Amino acid sequence: MAMASQMITANRLLDGAVVYFTAGKSWSPNFTDGAVWPDKESADAALIESKESVKARIVVEPYLFDVAVTEAGPKPTSARERIRADHKPTFEPDQGSWTGQISG
Amino acid sequence: MYRYDEFDATIVRERVEQFRGQVTRRLAGELTEDQFRPLRLKNGLYLQLHAYMLRIAVPYGVLNSKQMRKLAHIARRYDRGFGHFTTRQNIQFNWPQLGDVPDILQHLAEVEMHAIQTSGNCIRNVTADQFAGVAADEIEDPRIWAEIVRQWSTFHPEFSYLPRKFKIAVTGAPDDRAAVRVHDIGLRIVQNEAGETGFEVWVGGGLGRTPIIGVAIRKFLPKEHLLSYLEAILRTYNLLGRRDNIYKARIKILVQATGGEKFGQMVEEEWEKIKDGPLHLPQAEIDRIHRYFAPPAYEALPDVDPAFETAKLENPDFARWARVNLVKHKVPGYAIVNASLKPEGGAPGDASADQMDLLADLADKFSLGEVRVTHHQNIVFPNVRKRDLFALWQRLKSARLATSNLGFISDIIACPGLDYCNLANARSIPVAQRLSRHFSDPRKLDEIGDLRLNISGCINACGHHHVGHIGILGVDKQGQEFYQVTVGGSSKDDASLGKIVGAAFSEDDIVPAIDTIINTYLANRTDRSERFLDYVRRAGVDPFKEALYGPAPARRTAAE
Repeated sequence: MAMASQMITANRLLDGAVVYFTAGKSWSPNFTDGAVWPDKESADAALIESKESVKARIVVEPYLFDVAVTEAGPKPTSARERIRADHKPTFEPDQGSWTGQISG
Repeated sequence: MYRYDEFDATIVRERVEQFRGQVTRRLAGELTEDQFRPLRLKNGLYLQLHAYMLRIAVPYGVLNSKQMRKLAHIARRYDRGFGHFTTRQNIQFNWPQLGDVPDILQHLAEVEMHAIQTSGNCIRNVTADQFAGVAADEIEDPRIWAEIVRQWSTFHPEFSYLPRKFKIAVTGAPDDRAAVRVHDIGLRIVQNEAGETGFEVWVGGGLGRTPIIGVAIRKFLPKEHLLSYLEAILRTYNLLGRRDNIYKARIKILVQATGGEKFGQMVEEEWEKIKDGPLHLPQAEIDRIHRYFAPPAYEALPDVDPAFETAKLENPDFARWARVNLVKHKVPGYAIVNASLKPEGGAPGDASADQMDLLADLADKFSLGEVRVTHHQNIVFPNVRKRDLFALWQRLKSARLATSNLGFISDIIACPGLDYCNLANARSIPVAQRLSRHFSDPRKLDEIGDLRLNISGCINACGHHHVGHIGILGVDKQGQEFYQVTVGGSSKDDASLGKIVGAAFSEDDIVPAIDTIINTYLANRTDRSERFLDYVRRAGVDPFKEALYGPAPARRTAAE
């Protein structure tokens, strides 16, 4: 089976927000800004590059995750990454539950 | 309740400043994440899916109104306006910014709170019966002992780097409301034949990926020896517990590998060496702690309050709430009130800042300024005059805190699951929400009766699924969430672990599956007096298997 394409994500140091590594070697909270690496070699090389941002105290714990490349763009293959990409819980806010603006 | 002395206040204040320095150094690049991670975890700060999460200790679940108001303030100013009460009687905030956490801890220190012992391989925040000191069936107040254990365990130098985390629970009544048999150490206050009170000591219980009911290694421990005996257990574990494999490192694995009897002997041998040393508790010290928990000045009231009785007759909703959510108080004319954090369609254990402020106000007005957090993720008002119950209920109802479902199927324990947690495999809260909507009809709840349903989003079992009468465990199957179901668990005196009914259900199928399980029970129980748990123990898992997956021959054919 062909290896899935991959993207790189991390959490921002200051607030823990989910961010994605872009083709421009920066970080964006928008999933759609994240770069997609089609093979292991390019993904591994990008992950090494992304770790410069750890030293620069921008993000913590960057890692690769699988995406399925569709006509509508890349989609995370795991429930975990689908939820992270939305920056919020999947359930509707309730009186006693999460509210407020999503940091970006 | 306990008030900090100068020693407590100093160590908490110093701890805040230490952490402030650590955060400053982290942000300045003087600490790497690898260096900083253990430091932040020792202050309850985790990095979760979307953000940092701060877990704050609520020792043995007791909060005064000032502390509750402070939690509301933190929720509003530093978080997103809400918090999550957990199965360990703690509270978690899901969205703090790293740079704000020292200020949050400073706010907490001002009201004698902190995040110490909420993470790491130490003795964690001690838990206890939420009705401590007020329950009619209590032998003795467990808070005194929980507080003594807290003082002994906080920053205990020998036990700061245990093989794994370590959880102690104390219960003071025959009806175990603290799940002591599924804790690393469970303490039951018991009476011996001479009428003296002491402890029955359970060790090696736990949930997680290897669920085990603990073993009683001592039937009666005189109270003055509590700390030396705990020290002997911890010392035996600290020396012999495995450190080579995180999944084999809890005391339950050591007790199973050694054998309960042998482990008990090893503890007794160690204890003989230290029992009369500095940890021997002088009566004066026990009395000193006892005074912090002296009963408040209760009014002399008749146990039957005419206004309460009339209100019940005039208002069926109130009568139902009074029947379901009140627990018998030890003092005539008073009641223990359970405020449900499980409204229909709500996230179990979540409370908004406004709700927290209201709970604080109501505690002042109706419950001598105190509330409790339960391991079932509800809030308790421990001291309410019966004549005030109707007014309290009206205020709670206005804030969706008066759902009449204590101990029913919609009183669901649920971990944060994959909506928040870095370890989770599947979501818990949306499943709980759908179940609570499905089982919202009060008549249906009454018909089903006593039923505990617990949901965990992964094998770590923060949602206690193994000991739910019905347990739901979220699993990941190739990127999709599935839910495995167990039946027959209990965390009480008759503790037992649930048995798996069969293959896991998809997200769409889990609520219908639970409905099938309930209908199977209702159709086959002898009568209403046979509770769900009784039925499972009598009939086993097969009736549920058949109802869920078809008759046994069909199942075999399908498998072939």
